[in-house]
Amino acid sequence: MMRYAETGYNLEIDLSRGNIERVETDPKLTELHLGGLGTNAKLLWDRVPPEVEPFSPDNLLIFAAGLLCGTPAPGANRTIVSAFSPQTLFMAFSMMGGFFAPELKHAGYDQVIIRGKSPSLVYLWIHNDKVEIRDASHLHGKGAIETAELIRRELKEPHAQVAAIGLAGENRVYMASIEHGRSSASRLGIGAVMGDKGLKAIAVRGTKDINIARPDQFMELCNEVMRYIPLRDGNPIPGVMPILAGLGSPKEMLIHDEKWHTENFMWGNARTRIKDYWTKDVEEKWKETQESVRTRLISCYNCPMKCGAIISVPGISTYMMKCFSKLTYTMAAYSDLDFGFRIAQRATEYGVDGFSTPQVMAFALELYEAGILTDQDFAGMPSDNEGKFYWLLDRIVRREGIGDVLANGVYWAARQIGKGAEAYDHNTIKKHEQLPLKLSMLNPIYFLMWATGEKINITQIEGNFPQAPFETREEREAFVKDWVHVPDEKIKEYFLNWEPRGENSFPYYPTVEATCEIVDWQETMHYIDDALGMCAGLSSFPLKPPYHIHNFPILISAATGMDIDKDALWKIAKRNRTLLRAINVRRGLRREDDRPPENHWKKRFPELETRLLDAYYKLKGFNKEGIPTKESLHELGMDYISADFAKRGIDNNGQSEEES
Amino acid sequence: MGKVKKKVKVIKIDLDKCNGCRACEVICSAFHASPKYSSSNPARARIRLIREPLQDVYLPVYAGEYTAAECMGRDKYVIDGKEYDECSFCRASCPSRDAFKEPDSGLPLKCDMCEDDPPQEEPLCVKWCINDALTYEEREEEVEEEAVPDEMETGLKALVDKYGLQNLMDSVARMSQKA
Repeated sequence: MMRYAETGYNLEIDLSRGNIERVETDPKLTELHLGGLGTNAKLLWDRVPPEVEPFSPDNLLIFAAGLLCGTPAPGANRTIVSAFSPQTLFMAFSMMGGFFAPELKHAGYDQVIIRGKSPSLVYLWIHNDKVEIRDASHLHGKGAIETAELIRRELKEPHAQVAAIGLAGENRVYMASIEHGRSSASRLGIGAVMGDKGLKAIAVRGTKDINIARPDQFMELCNEVMRYIPLRDGNPIPGVMPILAGLGSPKEMLIHDEKWHTENFMWGNARTRIKDYWTKDVEEKWKETQESVRTRLISCYNCPMKCGAIISVPGISTYMMKCFSKLTYTMAAYSDLDFGFRIAQRATEYGVDGFSTPQVMAFALELYEAGILTDQDFAGMPSDNEGKFYWLLDRIVRREGIGDVLANGVYWAARQIGKGAEAYDHNTIKKHEQLPLKLSMLNPIYFLMWATGEKINITQIEGNFPQAPFETREEREAFVKDWVHVPDEKIKEYFLNWEPRGENSFPYYPTVEATCEIVDWQETMHYIDDALGMCAGLSSFPLKPPYHIHNFPILISAATGMDIDKDALWKIAKRNRTLLRAINVRRGLRREDDRPPENHWKKRFPELETRLLDAYYKLKGFNKEGIPTKESLHELGMDYISADFAKRGIDNNGQSEEES
Repeated sequence: MGKVKKKVKVIKIDLDKCNGCRACEVICSAFHASPKYSSSNPARARIRLIREPLQDVYLPVYAGEYTAAECMGRDKYVIDGKEYDECSFCRASCPSRDAFKEPDSGLPLKCDMCEDDPPQEEPLCVKWCINDALTYEEREEEVEEEAVPDEMETGLKALVDKYGLQNLMDSVARMSQKA
């Protein structure tokens, strides 16, 4: 049977036994889950029982190329990496752009499923039908970028795409990332799982075709997307900050104006807001720094955007950067942009998450200042501010001394250290470090997204609805005029009536019902992208993107030959979202875990927050504990989950029954 | 012989504008698939991006003539401090590399400026390069008028190439005697 858009084959790798199998997949799974995150979740549900520890040989590490990767659909290039996270103990799905996923598809595989543990360090070489587990003992301790270069040279395959871990992954640091050129799968300790399996890297080269079911219709849409991108990007949305006014991920590499981040995000351990930071002097200095180290703006596979950059700081190796890691080290250390670019190079080679790692280090220094950690813990640390961060980074990735504790992330380190350290863990959700934001007035939309997002990362759920109300009615009317992206005209009304002040403003507007619908829409778009391997930067993240809920069904149908409409696509996204929740519920996730840090907003409204959470659960088909109900699981064709819940004594009766 | 006007198709390549996305390879392979757009596979593309990000080398190269033998020596070029192997600039499908060959058959590939049916306004790699690293120009050039050989002459030339002029003349002489 001819397969379209997908290859129809997975690779099963057992590192304990050194076994490699090529397995045909069931097309029914594509109909139910599309691919990418959806099929990853199904594999984890089916094959990894909740008792399995993240560092068990039975934990699976899955690299999936999204359903549309390898087709000409612009921006479809994401690899979705899944496993159970050593940090949160829940399902981790970390994603990366770049060139890996399309290469994997052209090699003939949709997913690489890795189980077991190799007795010694190895790497995987996938070259079309030829797949080998190769010795990597000579790559021990090598940087992630360096490793990729060494492997390409040793294979004599300049076109091979490589995803590798650095020292952090080898040492099972909970913030370890998987690095791939300009991209990385950073969040939730996915690199630590790879290191635990003894897998240093995966290299892939593919030269096979990916088929399209209805070529003419498919290309018409792709051409439309290509025509729309420069039009939209050339017309930034008025009244929206520059990094969010166009398409792509926030244009951190292009734009030097960092007034918004430096004055609104928190410095240190998510601690201090510096309101007048962005002076003329700072601006000039930062602009010069950025322009002197940025060699070229670069993209991922088949995407005209330029969200990444090649960074060449004199005296240190060239590397590639994207988006916000530019500021995370800088702000955690109360330093400047030059420091940020320098330390990020070392962090990239080590392979660590640029969100979590700087916060862990700032947290450690706070504990030192508070006397909870002592001179003994920091013996040998230089006295200058920047030197401290380099020193801490080196200790963490080597798990040396205090670094061994810090390598488990803020949540676990605080509990291990004790003596009141827990109070300094003030910016984690579900044990995972968050963006350093502390705000004033509760934002009901963001409350729900921070609280409930299964990715535990705000950027993976926000997007298509503006972050703040527009000042005047006229501006709002102008904005909604060509807002074809909304799933329902109601969304336009919510936006039109949304005011910066007065009755129709935060926290009681948008209303509870409207808030849930807005969140549901944004979340749904992300779940579609994550199954397709579509970059959020052309879809679920920016305002008025080229892809949306009305053209995706046509694109997917034309690519795959399946016939799905808007409602069917929405249902698939809901199925995937519900499946992820069920996986985490089986591992103990409950309502009490669904909450942002206590101090995320100064002004909190417990009664409103309860109503928001209740209404969101209801809309999603969860009961009051946040557990998917029998009815909703039945409707989504996942009765098998209810059966498993029953066996384990997890009560998933619906809300209505509880209320009556 | 006089001068005549000839339409020359030019793709201008501005390396500084390349963001390395390889959309040119994607659309090229899809357009030349059979049936059109029924598959994509950059390994079949008639354009290849030579890409060494850490050296900031981004160089799109088009497939040109097939060549049966590889070069005896290779030159190295240093341009703006970046080192390029001579092969980086070469359009040939040749035995020393896998570029510009059909991955299954090994047959050579050659850029046809998307003159295929239906003819495109401009090559599709240019259309899909919205960063304008690739732009298209048509210009007229005056060239020496070439005598166009007639059909019989072309056919005879092929026979001469194959058997040699003397053999051909002998055969024609034999045939005329029989007649």
